Amino acid sequence: MNNEELRVGVFVCDCGHNIAGTIDTADVAAFSEGLPDVVAVVRNRYTCADPGQNEIKKAIAEHQLNRVVVVACTPKIHEPTFRNCVAEAGLNPYLMEMANVREHCSWVHFQDKEAATAKAKDLVRSAVERARKLEAQEEKSFPVTDAALVIGGGVAGIQAALELADGGHQVYLVEKQPTIGGNMAALDKTYPTMDCSI
Amino acid sequence: MMDVGRHPKIKTLVNSEVEEVSGFVGNFRARIRRNPRYVVAEDCTACDECARVCPVAVPDEYQQGFSSRKAIYLPFPQAVPSAYILDMENCLGSEPIACGRCAEVCEKKCIDFDDQGEVLEVPVGSIVVATGMKVYDPRMNDEYGYTRFDNVITSMEFERLICAGGPSAGHLVRPTDRRTPKRIGFVQCVGSRSATRGVPYCSNICCMNTVKQTLQIHEHYQDASTTVFYMDIRAFGKGFEDLYRRSRDNGTRYVRGLPGNVEEDPETRDLVVTVENTTTGKLEQHRLDMLVLAVGLEPHKGNGKKTVDEILNLSHTSDGFVLEAHPKLKPVDAPTRGIFFAGCVEAPKDVKDSVTQASAAAARALNLLGAGKVQVEAITAMLDTEQCIMCGVCTRVCPVNAITASNKKQKQFPSIIEAACAGCGTCAAECPTDTIAMRHFSDAQILAQVEAILAEDRMSKILTFACNWCSYAGGDMAGTSRLQYPPSVRLIRTMCSGRVDEKFIWHAFRLGAPLVLVSGCHFSDCHYIDAVTWTQKRVEKVWSRMEKLGIRPGRLQLEWISAAEGQKFARVMRELHEHLHRVTPAEVEETIRILEKQPPVPGRSKTAVAAATA
Repeated sequence: MNNEELRVGVFVCDCGHNIAGTIDTADVAAFSEGLPDVVAVVRNRYTCADPGQNEIKKAIAEHQLNRVVVVACTPKIHEPTFRNCVAEAGLNPYLMEMANVREHCSWVHFQDKEAATAKAKDLVRSAVERARKLEAQEEKSFPVTDAALVIGGGVAGIQAALELADGGHQVYLVEKQPTIGGNMAALDKTYPTMDCSI
Repeated sequence: MMDVGRHPKIKTLVNSEVEEVSGFVGNFRARIRRNPRYVVAEDCTACDECARVCPVAVPDEYQQGFSSRKAIYLPFPQAVPSAYILDMENCLGSEPIACGRCAEVCEKKCIDFDDQGEVLEVPVGSIVVATGMKVYDPRMNDEYGYTRFDNVITSMEFERLICAGGPSAGHLVRPTDRRTPKRIGFVQCVGSRSATRGVPYCSNICCMNTVKQTLQIHEHYQDASTTVFYMDIRAFGKGFEDLYRRSRDNGTRYVRGLPGNVEEDPETRDLVVTVENTTTGKLEQHRLDMLVLAVGLEPHKGNGKKTVDEILNLSHTSDGFVLEAHPKLKPVDAPTRGIFFAGCVEAPKDVKDSVTQASAAAARALNLLGAGKVQVEAITAMLDTEQCIMCGVCTRVCPVNAITASNKKQKQFPSIIEAACAGCGTCAAECPTDTIAMRHFSDAQILAQVEAILAEDRMSKILTFACNWCSYAGGDMAGTSRLQYPPSVRLIRTMCSGRVDEKFIWHAFRLGAPLVLVSGCHFSDCHYIDAVTWTQKRVEKVWSRMEKLGIRPGRLQLEWISAAEGQKFARVMRELHEHLHRVTPAEVEETIRILEKQPPVPGRSKTAVAAATA
């Protein structure tokens, strides 16, 4: 991967008016074209929607992209979306980076459109630079022991133990007292049904 | 309870405690100690012969001390397992001359005075913590004369008195004369919602428990009069308002105001309660036969022994209950993967909510067990032993015990348990030889962002490191709330502020950053338990180094902003924007000159560190 020629695609999202209402996304897209190793720039109305994702997949194939930068919203919402998207196009999902120009820019600077656009460009530049350093990663998986430990035999522990055991898993229910039941067993009736606690 | 006892997939270990847990998500190992019961539970038929001949009587805890039990006893009729237990503290002993009568009469011969208990080790994939809470003890503050007046009882004691299986077989009697009380008062918020007594939070269950108890009284005794002294009635759950209305319709009087004084009439042992009714503004006196204190719920505290929370390295919120991975999105997950919460250990809650949460916790655990394997996001730490000097720092700072200890003498390098690594990056930031690298949040990636941000027009920018879970999310919250702030901030996201290596900060200053902000979670919110404490220590170290070098420490700021604090995020950005204007280009140039002359971070190679520490 180290000696591979970097080919970065930048996908600028309008997010309807959410981003484009404040930020001049055409300007941001044009700016992106001049950034190092950027070989494709696409502007979308909604990048997260199927047509937007298809644009990414198409561009990956057409331009042999090996890095993708999505200029849109917070990665806390759509990072999994775009990771899956690039993976479907055959790219390692860790080679996708997002620039958050919505929560961190258009929504918080809508009183100063020019400054917001300038900041958005900066965020794209930073994201592209990070993307250029990204490396493919493999998620590891480990086997899981098919048993659960439930600590505490009150009403919560009892319920959790039953659910897990009914699901077919071995459960160890550990209770400090000589009987299960906990505080609930000391109650007479319980609300709102007014029936017995035990 | 019975279902648990019968379930072939549940091994119930009563009289037992978890002593140690090792391992990581999907692969835990628990050491459980079964304390001696002195009765072979599997063989015991609960025939009661032993208890009948036992000469020792002690107060029965289950009945709140209102009746007695023997030294060998069944905790309560429906106990699971349905087996007796010998209370060795009160037993006279097994020697025939001392006693030993129970063993004589036991047909099954299941009494074993030599029971030593046992230690079990079990491998488990997931852990549900359901250790509950404790009920507030009104003795500490002699709440409402509880320790002086026998007819002042707690809500838990009331439960036994009204219960058919209780000491009075469900006939409500008052302790002093065993007569049925006709005038019963309830005091709310005993030990709750107080800055000085008990706990400051609302204990959640007491209002509805009192409503329930007034209804029970009226069910049993139509002529009884009930009065509830309260601050607010919190009947917020499904069906709660109906019960509250029924209680009022039954004639229960709700007086807004907590009693200022409770006295006992020495002759009748009645209680005279003085209260300011804050609805009418008038002082009232109520003569009552019995007063019930609606006591609140508290988190368990350790009593010398290591608690489950300590064994599992669980953090707590300021109220003392366990801290969830996320209060809204992962409310039953511990920050450590594979551990889940159910019931009052997380916060006070009633039976329905405990059951709901237990099902949720089980679902989360099932998710893990059902998958059969656990996938770990590739943001974990990697260790290159070539540079390692086995200093032990990484093992010490790791908040999730994911790095095994090194041993210099045995030339044993530390190793990273990838499945346990939560990816905070504190080890990478603290490692003196840069032996540890972070996947997907590498030095090269973060430094490239620093350089990109400061490439142009640097004097107008606040370079900010923001942790993924709190501060970055706080920025998102400011966005969704459309809170406006100046466009000077440039965020670099790391999973945890613990990842912010001091070299990132120095690199920013060397490139002419006027202002650098490191922001992370509040200590109680840190997603990586206590990683944020290392952030603070590191920033303090950089501050003192800045001072020595002649760089104004105020140019490095530290802020704790939670995911919910969009307002704070915006305010901090506005304040720092003002601060930005006070940094002059000359000051920045001077900093660059200073740092060019004297690199503040020594070389990170093995030899350089060895030389520096020699």
